[in-house]
Amino acid sequence: MAEITIMTDHRAERSVTFFRKHKLLIMPLVFIAPAFAMFSIFVIYPIIQSIALSFTEWQGIGPKKWVGFNNYRLLLDDPVFWKSLVNNIYWLVFFLLAPVLGLFVALFLNQNVYGIRLVKSLFFFPFVVSQIVVGLVFAWFYDPAFGLLATLLDPLGVSLPPILADENWATFGIIVAGLWPQTAYCMILYLTGLNSVNPEMIEAARLDGAKGWRLLVKIILPQLKAATFIALVVTVIGALRSFDLVAIMTEGGPYNSSNVLAYYMYDNAIFRYRMGYASAIATVLFLIMNVYIVWFLMRLNKNEKGAR
Amino acid sequence: MFPRPIQDSSRSRQIAYKVALPISLIVWLLPMIAIVATAGRSLSDLNYGNYWGIPTEWAFIENFSAVFGSSSIGVYLLNSVIITVPSIVGALFLSTLAGAGLALYRFSGRFILLALFIAGNFVPFQILMIPVRQLTLDLGVYDTYWGVILFQIAFQTGFCTFFMRNFIAELPFELVEAARAEGVSEWKILVHIIVPLVRPALAALAVLQFTFIWNDFFWPLILIQSDELRPITLGLTTLKGQYISSFNLLAAGSLIAALPPVMMFFAMQRHFIAGLTLGASKG
Repeated sequence: MAEITIMTDHRAERSVTFFRKHKLLIMPLVFIAPAFAMFSIFVIYPIIQSIALSFTEWQGIGPKKWVGFNNYRLLLDDPVFWKSLVNNIYWLVFFLLAPVLGLFVALFLNQNVYGIRLVKSLFFFPFVVSQIVVGLVFAWFYDPAFGLLATLLDPLGVSLPPILADENWATFGIIVAGLWPQTAYCMILYLTGLNSVNPEMIEAARLDGAKGWRLLVKIILPQLKAATFIALVVTVIGALRSFDLVAIMTEGGPYNSSNVLAYYMYDNAIFRYRMGYASAIATVLFLIMNVYIVWFLMRLNKNEKGAR
Repeated sequence: MFPRPIQDSSRSRQIAYKVALPISLIVWLLPMIAIVATAGRSLSDLNYGNYWGIPTEWAFIENFSAVFGSSSIGVYLLNSVIITVPSIVGALFLSTLAGAGLALYRFSGRFILLALFIAGNFVPFQILMIPVRQLTLDLGVYDTYWGVILFQIAFQTGFCTFFMRNFIAELPFELVEAARAEGVSEWKILVHIIVPLVRPALAALAVLQFTFIWNDFFWPLILIQSDELRPITLGLTTLKGQYISSFNLLAAGSLIAALPPVMMFFAMQRHFIAGLTLGASKG
């Protein structure tokens, strides 16, 4: 490539400007600059600002007061913070059902029968629908007076607690609602992955007598590694980001029993004007998320090696 | 545990599969079916407590006209379009440029830049919330469409750049080299060679971004205050308060909110899945 550049330059008869000579260095910067500027202003710099804000006391207007680690010290004594953190862990753990369920749905649908394409896309449907709509429907399902669950179970003599109004159940009610679109997402990732599974390897393994779980774990799953990785990443991120469903279904209630860090942060900033404290919560959430972001980037870096 | 092709199994299993398929589909889609059925349920059915049974009559037209007549849902829908379309265009434009910049040139710090774009896209929204709100206030775009649009362009550019860069890196690089040898300017290479080749990627991103931005709830919640500027996701919460006991109307509103991304998905399914599963089948 260097040779070609020199040849071109030679042809241009030394009328080579500075720009021409360095265009392969300048042009990428010109191309990247607008995107990078926007991204820096609206994403990167605000992260730094938020972290800085977490060391201050601020009502949203007026002067900011530097308080050092005081907000973090307050967090340690705040039962709602701990409740939200525990709920986020519940979200994380139970959300991991989504890749598992998604894999089984994908295996179930991975057949070649009439109309299967339509069935697959209908199964994917929940992911396309707004979380707000999902939250509204599940809230109807759970309603203790006229909800679908109550209507179905009452005749059987089973009476459920009012799920979203019960301190012990609310979080799980919301997580189930969240699992619905998330499973659909993981399913589509696995369906795509299954397309590239090598059928000859499966045949060979079958001839060797592999079947059932062994076949799945030893032969299929290794070939679905890439799909599993992405499914895990998007599921973890989704679990930590959970906000919309909490906002529409319970607003963190009853008595903060279904609160999560994302919603508690919003609550502190918007309704209580505790910007510094809210920023400290956001920073904690950000630090937790960073574990997964770094994991993703490290893997990406590994794959990039040897790329052009 | 890997199912054999169903055609190879016994006749009874084939029949069992063909029966199981629609049943599982109905169970899976129960929430959606519930919305559609409730959106068509008449007031008298609700009054008689027929919430979940088969409606005795269909009242789609009445319910939909009631929603459009008694709420601002038309305005909300329009607002969603006004916010979504420029956001997609802006993000695609910026990310095509940046993706080409990252894919076609070697320079140090290239991976760091790419990593920043990706990492920024994974952060929790809350870490951006207060400064971004303040920024829109300072720029005078708080409580306008522009506040949300600018933020969406900036934020979605992260994912889109990652996507475009991967797509462009897969293109045959010889095309670019040949053009350079001919003395074609880098800008013309981008416009005349790269852009025509990345059309499928642009289509995939456009559908994907449409659902992401249309369904976004958080940023309008933070950056918009006036009811008349609210997009449909936020509008639904208004409707929820307004139709506190008219479930059929709220369901009709939800159906209207869900319809555009759903139609987009079915119309551009191939592109949508290609966009979503990028990288799921390789590396």
